[in-house]
Amino acid sequence: CSALTAYLHLRQVFVPTESGQGSLTGVDSTLFSLSLSLSLSLPVRTVVSNLPFEDLKKREQPNRRYEGNAIKTNKYRLWSFIPMNLFEQFHRMANIYFVGLAILNFVPVVNAFQPEVALIPICVILALTTVKDGWEDFRRYQTDQQLNNTPCFIFNRKQMCFMERRWKDVRVGDFVRVLSNEIIPADILLLHTSDPDGVCHMETANLDGETSLKQRKVVPGFSTLVRALSVVCENPNNNLNLFKGYVERPDKRRTGFGIDSLLLRGCTVRNTDDAAGIVVYAGHETKSMLNNSGPRYKRSKIERKMNTDVLFCVVLLFFMCLIGALGTVQGTSLSIIQDALHADNGNYIPSVLAGFYMFFTMIILLQVMIPVSLYVSIELVKMVQIFFITQDVELYDEELDSRVQCRALNITEDLGQIQYIFSDKTGTLTENKMVFRRCSIMGTEYCHEENGAVGEFVSPYFLKQETVVVPDRKLMLEVDRQMASIQTGPYLDFFLALAICNTVLVSSVKTLADPFSTDEDESDGFHSSNVSDATGQKGISSERKVKSSPSGSEEVCYEAHSPDEAALIHAAKAYGFSMVERTPHYVTVKLPNEALLKFEVLDILTFDSTRRRMSIIVRHPHTKEITMYTKGADSAVMERLGNVFSVPVKTQKDLDMYARNGLRTLCFAKKVEVLEQEFRAWSAVRQEALSAMDEKEERLMETANFIESNFNLLGATGIEDRLQESVPETILALRRAGMQLWVLTGDKPETAINIAYSCKLLEHEDLFLYTNAVSVICQSVCKMRLEDTLGELRRSTLAPGADHQFRGYNSAFTGPLMEPSIGLVIDGPTLSMAMSDELVEQFVELCKHCRAVLCCRVTPLQKSAVVKLIRQKLRVMTLAVGDGANDVNMIQAADVGIGVSGQEGMQAVMASDFAITRFKHLQRLLLVHGHWCYSRLANMVIYFFYKNVAYVNLLFWYQFFCGFSATAMIDYWLMIFFNLFFTSAPPIMFGIMDKEVSDSTLLSLPELYKRGQHSEGYRRSTFWIAILDAFYQSLVCFFIPYWTYNGSDIGIFAFGTPMNTVSLFTIILHLAIEIKSWVSLLSASSLHKTMTKTSLSLLINI
Amino acid sequence: MMASSYSAKEEDGHHSGSAGLGGDAIRTRKPDNTAFKQQRLPAWQPILTAGTVLPAFFIIGLIFIPIGIGLYVTSKNIKEFEIDYTGTDMSSPCFNCSQSFSWNSTTPCRCVLFFSLDQPFESNVFMYYGLSNFYQNHRRYVKSRDDSQLNGDERSLKEPSKECEPYRTNENKPIAPCGAIANSMFNDTLDLFYIDPNGTKTQIPLMKKGIAWWTDKHVKFRNPGGSNPNLTAVFIETAKPVNWRKPVYELDTDPENNGFINEDFIVWMRTAALPTFRKLYRIIQKKNDMTPTLPRGNYSLEVTYNYPVRSFEGRKRMILSAISWMGGKNPFLGIAYITVGSICFFLGVVLLFIHHKYGNRNNSSDIPN
Repeated sequence: CSALTAYLHLRQVFVPTESGQGSLTGVDSTLFSLSLSLSLSLPVRTVVSNLPFEDLKKREQPNRRYEGNAIKTNKYRLWSFIPMNLFEQFHRMANIYFVGLAILNFVPVVNAFQPEVALIPICVILALTTVKDGWEDFRRYQTDQQLNNTPCFIFNRKQMCFMERRWKDVRVGDFVRVLSNEIIPADILLLHTSDPDGVCHMETANLDGETSLKQRKVVPGFSTLVRALSVVCENPNNNLNLFKGYVERPDKRRTGFGIDSLLLRGCTVRNTDDAAGIVVYAGHETKSMLNNSGPRYKRSKIERKMNTDVLFCVVLLFFMCLIGALGTVQGTSLSIIQDALHADNGNYIPSVLAGFYMFFTMIILLQVMIPVSLYVSIELVKMVQIFFITQDVELYDEELDSRVQCRALNITEDLGQIQYIFSDKTGTLTENKMVFRRCSIMGTEYCHEENGAVGEFVSPYFLKQETVVVPDRKLMLEVDRQMASIQTGPYLDFFLALAICNTVLVSSVKTLADPFSTDEDESDGFHSSNVSDATGQKGISSERKVKSSPSGSEEVCYEAHSPDEAALIHAAKAYGFSMVERTPHYVTVKLPNEALLKFEVLDILTFDSTRRRMSIIVRHPHTKEITMYTKGADSAVMERLGNVFSVPVKTQKDLDMYARNGLRTLCFAKKVEVLEQEFRAWSAVRQEALSAMDEKEERLMETANFIESNFNLLGATGIEDRLQESVPETILALRRAGMQLWVLTGDKPETAINIAYSCKLLEHEDLFLYTNAVSVICQSVCKMRLEDTLGELRRSTLAPGADHQFRGYNSAFTGPLMEPSIGLVIDGPTLSMAMSDELVEQFVELCKHCRAVLCCRVTPLQKSAVVKLIRQKLRVMTLAVGDGANDVNMIQAADVGIGVSGQEGMQAVMASDFAITRFKHLQRLLLVHGHWCYSRLANMVIYFFYKNVAYVNLLFWYQFFCGFSATAMIDYWLMIFFNLFFTSAPPIMFGIMDKEVSDSTLLSLPELYKRGQHSEGYRRSTFWIAILDAFYQSLVCFFIPYWTYNGSDIGIFAFGTPMNTVSLFTIILHLAIEIKSWVSLLSASSLHKTMTKTSLSLLINI
Repeated sequence: MMASSYSAKEEDGHHSGSAGLGGDAIRTRKPDNTAFKQQRLPAWQPILTAGTVLPAFFIIGLIFIPIGIGLYVTSKNIKEFEIDYTGTDMSSPCFNCSQSFSWNSTTPCRCVLFFSLDQPFESNVFMYYGLSNFYQNHRRYVKSRDDSQLNGDERSLKEPSKECEPYRTNENKPIAPCGAIANSMFNDTLDLFYIDPNGTKTQIPLMKKGIAWWTDKHVKFRNPGGSNPNLTAVFIETAKPVNWRKPVYELDTDPENNGFINEDFIVWMRTAALPTFRKLYRIIQKKNDMTPTLPRGNYSLEVTYNYPVRSFEGRKRMILSAISWMGGKNPFLGIAYITVGSICFFLGVVLLFIHHKYGNRNNSSDIPN
């Protein structure tokens, strides 16, 4: 039925275009863009409907220049796969090096091996990578195909109805219809919905992971549009929250629209039977595709170090070849050979030239010095490491049914080297599941003790119960009294504000039966006791209602944007004020006496971070007077109060108390009796601001500030944000592991400090430096304070134990070092001062001495600035962990970014390298997996260098006994397969499986983590020791056989093959010594290799 | 990449939907709790303690020292005699021969060296010639041969491999055997005489067969022309190597030891690994009776001096050696074993001492496992 109406509607819209075809074709699209570029001064795109042009050829289509909706994310095509892939691979230096050497081998004067054989290793490496890339690309191709062939409905003019087509057939300018629960195929400008209010809901979970519904509106006034339309909008960009444009009618009238009319590709339509619109962006130009930049490539610390060590190897190789070349120039007395070989036509090669040639021959001979399989092996090992991390059952979250996600593929070992952790507070340290704890109405404080008690015991179902608010008895009576007598009053206003001043959506989904019988019993008990106390009849009835609603079948379901709003609306519901319906123009509230109040919503001033408050302007159904309810941060509301009585003072006192207890505070205010005319005038200004193209935000702000003044304070609420499970333990362990923990939060200092205390970030005996903007007025003062503190610090560290009052000791962590444990608390404005150029050194110096730093009231940009500052100034490995969109900057700035998938959507997770669900998982991720990955990879890399140097040096030593002629005493094949087959599997298994210390030990002794922090697994010295060790071992492996066979009748290969075997045994044995734990698989692989090797060398020996 | 993450998401969405509807049939993403995936595979974690390391040292010492002694004694008992006949000294009988040398002189230069053996050689005696400072392992030298030619391939006989340059063709005829190795083949003749105490010279019979590896003689080296006994005809189209006095088909009169399968030639073609080397020349077979193979007494070595070494300051030697289970005389291995064994033993003692004296101090701080 709705489909029919949609069809009729569209027909109404599009039929006239049939007759108007001539006029439309005459309209030159360039004319549009010309006129637009004048008005917008921005590059724009003009989209006209495709319908009139359906019969035209492809190149005459007006929208032909815009991309189609078919996507292609695979990099290669079938025919160009091999060359393209090879081209990609040659971006890696090592590959160029080895191919260069293989080619060099074809030059006759310098060749060392049979050139064809020398090509094998590099070909194998390239082929392996090609196969891997090809497989990945094929997978991408398959998913693309699947998406491109998803069915959708496109309007067809001939049939005059929507035809089922594929996603790939969608073009810009097409009219597309999306049914409920279908995925939107392209970015569509919403022109019609089945909803009478022209509203469409979409779920953006595919885009940002947020499951809350977003409301989209039909372009205003479109339904009356009967002539052809052309849509003018911005060029494609990746901003998901910004979209501007207008629909222009032939009579040059323009209707503006914004992001709230755009349906985004990849989202799902919900709660709306069908929606239709014109495609403005398709395929790769859609906002979701532009937003997806694929996995980020970060280079880990070990890899950076390794690259310099590869360079060292090159230098070493260079010297070895130089020695070889000089040896040739020097000319050992080989005249017979010289006579024999170079006498052709009497042309002796001059010895310098011979040396020059020899240099290159030696490079070819000793090329194995640079481990060709190192990079491939590392990639392989990291892949398996990531597999193991994601498979860890300890990091699995039952409630969310999610594992740890590894989004960055190549920085696993960085997890083992973290020195500084920057953490967000809300949602990361805390649950971000808000519980309504206290409220203060008209200066009277009501503490909801029972709500606090619920949090005391941790039940597995606890998370689902934060919606249950147990009303305070005293307050309940007060409300009932006012309800009964006068029907108005501050108490009622307060709860009305709670119920309607929000952006919560109501959906009347039938919920599952409440399985939490224990809690119901408890609330029953409470209610029964309450009933006996209750005096008024209404009190009892209202309580019954509260009680029945959670288990009742007519349960309303709230979809709130923030957990705070959810907590508040549930609190209001507990007192009987439940919002039952919200449409764009009306909001209906059910009062405790079951009466329904239907407010007309005149305007909503949405929340923004600069105003820090939101307001709703409604018309009261009975009195018809215009009322504005506002809620906001205490400072944002308090300063705009109209009359200052004792109420605000008392409330402020309560608010301070809430903050001390770590509660999040909100103030509620009301502005009554806005005059009708006044409101009209304001509304007109507001509308103008809304449709403005330039400076829209500023003008909106102005209008909002204008009306949001002269409030009457109603009260304040305190919402508790509980700490996550085992946060203090995790912080303790991380700190014992030598990590500095910083908390960066947008909250106010009091709340932040309280959370910091409760999660053991700060100890009560710690010295505590607190700087805030009030005490620090200007930069010079700030500078003075910093210097003072630093001076004191230096004195105290110079004379330990001199000033006990000054310092708090924490022997548990710092042990005999007696470092003072200082906690620094700094707020946003001061932080920006401290981070100015002249103070930054002192600030960093001070931070180095602090055990914990707490930054309050910082902006997202400051968060990332702090991370960058510490990372650059102190040259440390940083980790940032956060859950919200405001942490994205910080997560991207840090070496390792960790997203907590929590309540605030998935933006942080999308930006992160690793995503976890609980803060406590950080402990295992860093201490166990980080340590393992680091030590495994470090050992493996070192071993790779070692084995190649040890092997190649055999050849080098031999040069001293073959007249520097680059003879290889080992068979070519053995030598070439050394890296590929004989010594590849054991170190890879080593890198995957070895376990230095068991996970339980690592968790119980976090101090073991310090090894990775100080890079003790892989230092420059470790590298050189390994190289020296390799030199020593190769000397032994060479000279024992040498002295054994010297002067005997041994042949070249009879001499070299045992040497090769001995050397391989030594190399494998060395690995055996390095291996800390023998897993059967590991030993099997090394055994197997040795066996193959031995049998092969025996064969060749014959 | 977009697409793949996209689809992953879709899966998620789909899953959550089905979880809501399905109830029981919830497919969780919980990782399998298997030993492999949880990295709990049974593993043996050896921890080095004094209790395991010290015995290891002693065992290595106790095994290596006897082996070393055994090797050393065996090597010591192997009789070996070596005589240098290069003739660089004025006093040397071969001085004249070494000075007046040309590749193409037709009159062979002979010289005789006298020596005496203090002890008799009991078993089979291997007679070697030794060369010093001869880099038979030089890369270009090693490559300068054509294995398929040596294997009797007719085509390679006519068209030798390019590797043989500049000893590939001579006067437009292919050289057989081609290459620098063959060209520089050792061509001194050594004869051994026993001088009775009464002054009579008896020539000692030298066996020239059985000195090459079986695989070389029967697999790698073959005369061209199949079983054609007339080697002269087979090699008619070829030239002899530049430095050779005789063509390859005149190396020996015995058809089983002529041409490419001449054992002296095969031995030479197996290039030595090191610049100082010896190559097996002849075998002196033990007689059937009880007399020693080479009784003690005076001997003379008659050398037909053809091979020049003065140009590269080389030395030529004749070596007589007996053979034991460990091969030729070589004291090094024995010494090496004894040294390593002793070092281990000594270290074991030192560590035992240290352990005994200081070991009990920090038992309490063992790593918990």
